[in-house]
Amino acid sequence: MNIFVFVKRVPDTESKIRINHETNRIDEEGLNFVLSPYDEYAVEEALRIREAKGGKVTILSAGPEETTTVLKKCLAMGADEAALIKVDTPELYDGLPIAQIIAHALKTKFSDYSLLLFGKQSVGADNAQIPAMVAAILGLPQINVVTKLEIEGNSAVAHREIEGASEKINVPLPAAISAQKGLNEPRYETLKGIMMAKKKEIPVWTLQDLGLGDDALVSQLELVTMESPPSRQAGTVIEDDPETAAKRMVDFLRNEAKVV
Amino acid sequence: MILVYIEVRDGKVKKSSLEALSEARRCADKLGQEVFAVLVGHGVESLAPEVGPYGAKKVIALDNPLLNTYSPSGYTHALAGLCQELAPDGIFCAATSMGRDLAPRLAAQLGVSLASDCIQTVIKDGSLEVKRPIYAGKAFAVFRFKSSPIMVTLRPNVFPLSDPSEGAGEVEKKDVAIPEDQVRDRVVEVLKEEGAELDVTEAEIIVSGGRGLKGPENFEMLQELTGILPHSAVGASRSAVDAGWIDHQHQVGQTGKTVSPNLYMAFGISGAIQHLAGMSSSKVIVAVNKDAEAPIFKVADFGIVGDLFQVLPPLKEELKKALAE
Repeated sequence: MNIFVFVKRVPDTESKIRINHETNRIDEEGLNFVLSPYDEYAVEEALRIREAKGGKVTILSAGPEETTTVLKKCLAMGADEAALIKVDTPELYDGLPIAQIIAHALKTKFSDYSLLLFGKQSVGADNAQIPAMVAAILGLPQINVVTKLEIEGNSAVAHREIEGASEKINVPLPAAISAQKGLNEPRYETLKGIMMAKKKEIPVWTLQDLGLGDDALVSQLELVTMESPPSRQAGTVIEDDPETAAKRMVDFLRNEAKVV
Repeated sequence: MILVYIEVRDGKVKKSSLEALSEARRCADKLGQEVFAVLVGHGVESLAPEVGPYGAKKVIALDNPLLNTYSPSGYTHALAGLCQELAPDGIFCAATSMGRDLAPRLAAQLGVSLASDCIQTVIKDGSLEVKRPIYAGKAFAVFRFKSSPIMVTLRPNVFPLSDPSEGAGEVEKKDVAIPEDQVRDRVVEVLKEEGAELDVTEAEIIVSGGRGLKGPENFEMLQELTGILPHSAVGASRSAVDAGWIDHQHQVGQTGKTVSPNLYMAFGISGAIQHLAGMSSSKVIVAVNKDAEAPIFKVADFGIVGDLFQVLPPLKEELKKALAE
């Protein structure tokens, strides 16, 4: 089975996000970039399916040259191959151009695929758009936010998380599936894996290599401005005996905040 | 015309969709436009009278037996057809689990960019601007649309419901033809958690626990609070979830859910940056933590430095008293 996993390089979740108001972009200096956490579950799931059913796991990403570091991590976890579509423009916060580019790359560079795996969203743009958009462009069934996945012959059965419940969905393959936390426990890279990954070439394709022009990156959304969230004022902090403290908190909730 | 997708779950219209409709109506008033609402399913036209009063001039029910349970490909097929026919200027949808699944598929089908999970709309120089959180709320971005139609999903629990009007609006049932092979990802079963409570994204009050709870059994103390507080749900920090004390469905923060309830109560949560990102837009925050230096106190409106195991029992009694008044 040919499995493709689409990943993204993002600032880690401990990062403080600062805005450069001159460029209207986030200030990347000093940020630690990692494989987007939900993508780790997708990579892990791909490896598990390959281990059970055989086949090949290929990792694809669109992003700047530095993305090869996160692709190396995926190879060190055990993926067979990885390739980068080099995109140097700053984050668009718009899934559509990227979905169109990766769907195009998949069609032109690889015709044979059974399963497309994604993280349910990148941590950053937080759009959760790419998996469904790629599925739509390629005409594939989709299951997003998946916490359980089984591949049976030429179909997949998955549990998808919704508000307070899960939906069980069967799809024929090929299909696009996105991973939620809870799907599995991602493995750590082994030393052997890291050594193997070092030897692997990661092809880097430009948009021109894929037969696309720079207009492939034109977004229909215009970023007007970026803002920091309104900072909260620290309120009253008390130390008191438990009964009095509890009473004062409820008094605050009832009479000042008026929320209960 | 702005078209609003109205979600139906368990045979009921989702409140988040009525919030999206209310907001669409407010935008349309400023833009001098009309609002249509669309339901998708089988036999759902009977729900139209609940929708119209929130500002839809017309409620369209797209009908086909194949649509009686949700499928992203089938629903997209039906909605894309309607969009081609009506050529709306805008498409609004609530950013619920279904909305976040369906809207991007529809957007790609129509070749339209989508602004997801918006928390504010502004009409500027006759066109719509939307604000949305990025990096789980560590920053906000404001977008304008360069082409038409515009397409947005709106975060639940953020936009107020408008007062329902008297007239119910016109209702139109439309049978749609869908080839069976276009419906390949139907929901075959909905698995409800035993005694499933409200989801944290829909709760008005979240009672959340972290590492300070010391073990899975102590989440019961939080459940006792959600048992007495209306529209409440139990939340958790990443460390509590990663320790296996509670299911990840409850996790609040950057690799969990971003929430903005009326009240967020944090027990034994220190307030890591990725957690604060997910909850600091809550309207009111209170915290109990034994560490006076815990970052959670920097965002809390009211905090108690103390042992949560000693504070929780009297807190429950005091809340009970207050709620009984």
